[in-house]
Amino acid sequence: MARITVLDKDTRRKIKKLFTNPTALLGFFLLFFFSLVALLAPFLAPQPMEGIDPYIIPRQGFLTEPQPPSGNAIFGTTEGQYDIYYAVVWGTRTAFKVGFVVVFFTTIIGMTVGACAGYYRGKVDELLMRITDVFMSMPFLIAVIVLTTLLGKGLDKVVIALIAFDWMDTARLLRGNVLQEREEEYVQAAKALGYSDLRIILRHILPNTTFPVVIQASMRIGTLVVVASGLSFLGLGAPQDYADWGQIISYSRNWQGLEYWYTIFFPSLAMVLFVLSWNLIGDTLRDIFDPRMK
Amino acid sequence: MIPVTLFGVTLLVFTMMQLLDPYQLLSAYVSSPAELKGENIERLIEKYNLDEPLPVKYFQWIYQAVRGDLGWSESASMPVSHAIRTKFPLTMELALYAFIPIIIGGVWIGKQTALRHNSFVDHSCRIFVIVGWSFPDFVFGLLVILIFYSGLGWFPPGLLSNWASQAVASPAYDHYTGLITVDALLNGRLDIFFDALRHLMGPVVTMTYLWSAFLIRITRSGMLDVLHKDYIRTARAKGLPERMVINKHASKNAMIAVLTVAGRLVIYLLTGTVIIETIFNRPGMGKFVAFAAQQLDYAGILGGTLFFALVLIVGNLIVDVLYAVYDPRIELS
Repeated sequence: MARITVLDKDTRRKIKKLFTNPTALLGFFLLFFFSLVALLAPFLAPQPMEGIDPYIIPRQGFLTEPQPPSGNAIFGTTEGQYDIYYAVVWGTRTAFKVGFVVVFFTTIIGMTVGACAGYYRGKVDELLMRITDVFMSMPFLIAVIVLTTLLGKGLDKVVIALIAFDWMDTARLLRGNVLQEREEEYVQAAKALGYSDLRIILRHILPNTTFPVVIQASMRIGTLVVVASGLSFLGLGAPQDYADWGQIISYSRNWQGLEYWYTIFFPSLAMVLFVLSWNLIGDTLRDIFDPRMK
Repeated sequence: MIPVTLFGVTLLVFTMMQLLDPYQLLSAYVSSPAELKGENIERLIEKYNLDEPLPVKYFQWIYQAVRGDLGWSESASMPVSHAIRTKFPLTMELALYAFIPIIIGGVWIGKQTALRHNSFVDHSCRIFVIVGWSFPDFVFGLLVILIFYSGLGWFPPGLLSNWASQAVASPAYDHYTGLITVDALLNGRLDIFFDALRHLMGPVVTMTYLWSAFLIRITRSGMLDVLHKDYIRTARAKGLPERMVINKHASKNAMIAVLTVAGRLVIYLLTGTVIIETIFNRPGMGKFVAFAAQQLDYAGILGGTLFFALVLIVGNLIVDVLYAVYDPRIELS
């Protein structure tokens, strides 16, 4: 019989530890908060007019100079009177969307490459791992910038570029796990039963090797959001007036006086807390699952 | 493995180039805008084999690149190879000044936290590390500008003050290395040296905070790892003074982990300054690539990418070699 147990006793104990650790709990709390903001965005910051893309930041006028927080715009406005509160709320959605979409696709690509390399070994493994090496020999940010530019700029292009250059860690991790797992008795048994390679990989090996991959993937979301925002900040990502944290922060660049603190404070706070929440969880996960890091 | 990886990287960049049509690509081939003037575009496409099959195009491109001809950068108004020669020293200079405080501070703090495992110092340091790790570089950089330039007026962005840039541009001033501080010293201009240093402080403070977090973490876990080893207990049992145990026995082995990371750090500092250089308005390689991307200067970004990939590959090779030299247990394959 094939063994299809996803979580063994040890893993369950570790998960329990994760949900009782104060650092991780703070991370989960922050993450829960951001999820709420993203989900309730239409209520927290109702779009000014029906029929317009809600991600377009409304303008409070056309003055060049940023305006401090007031009843009209509680976080103030940037240059060109973009409402900062609106941008921060809807930018949360953008951040989640970018993070999840990229992680979803990189995990699929990485798992396919890793599983094939680990399962078939030999020449397939050699070829796939060389390709992985090549992708890792490009500085990440530079590679993403180049591919985004060549594809023609825009947030969707940034997402494609991030996917293209962020699957390698997953592939390597899964390859190692599959290499180990394929020697197990239950895999040999499945082979003896004459199951196809695809069935053995999907039904037998992956359920037993996926868990670390998922953990590692979730830990990357924070970094991915930072890079995507960085590209928007440079003017390569989200189009003008699109609700994105990097974009709204870039509007503060021309106003570096202390009296314009609100143009950088609120969007930055959102960004840092968002990334922090993922890192707090990731840090605890590393403590629990990687015994070498104490 | 290095030649295979290098070949692979050129192939990857070349594949990405194929997203452009021949007209856009032409800029990555012509050696100056004068060549485009009055020329028949079709003839130029033929001249550079842009209508040929892919393998021919690839070898034509590689042949040019190996000879150092990376095309004309529209955004910098100079050949890409020349841009790399003048801009990379500025990136190196920044990396050099950021490296010292990151290594010294990171290793020292990391060691202290490991020796005071689970103490108040350790826990507050952990918070410092996670928070530092969570700051995007553009956010922290803007905060540094806000506080140290707008608020206190200490560290202005840019390379040099106006008077200093004029002095540097004058014919009497010699450019030996391209590193501003070094050139200032060689010219005997202490005032320019200190001015350049003042302009370096902003990005250096930013990079130090963001990256020392990383180093603290590695040193701490490396040190903790070693402190639990048997030979440390033996050393203590022999009655060696604690200072000797830490400095002679533990540190040396803990430093192996730090050394690899230090090598990686240099590579990161050289290749990861796109946003920092843009924010602090320093015309190094990072800003060059960012600006080229903004201006859709294809020759500039492709040449820059190729160069950065080369830095990364060569840098990794050097780290591996140093690693083997320092730790004889490791064999180079």
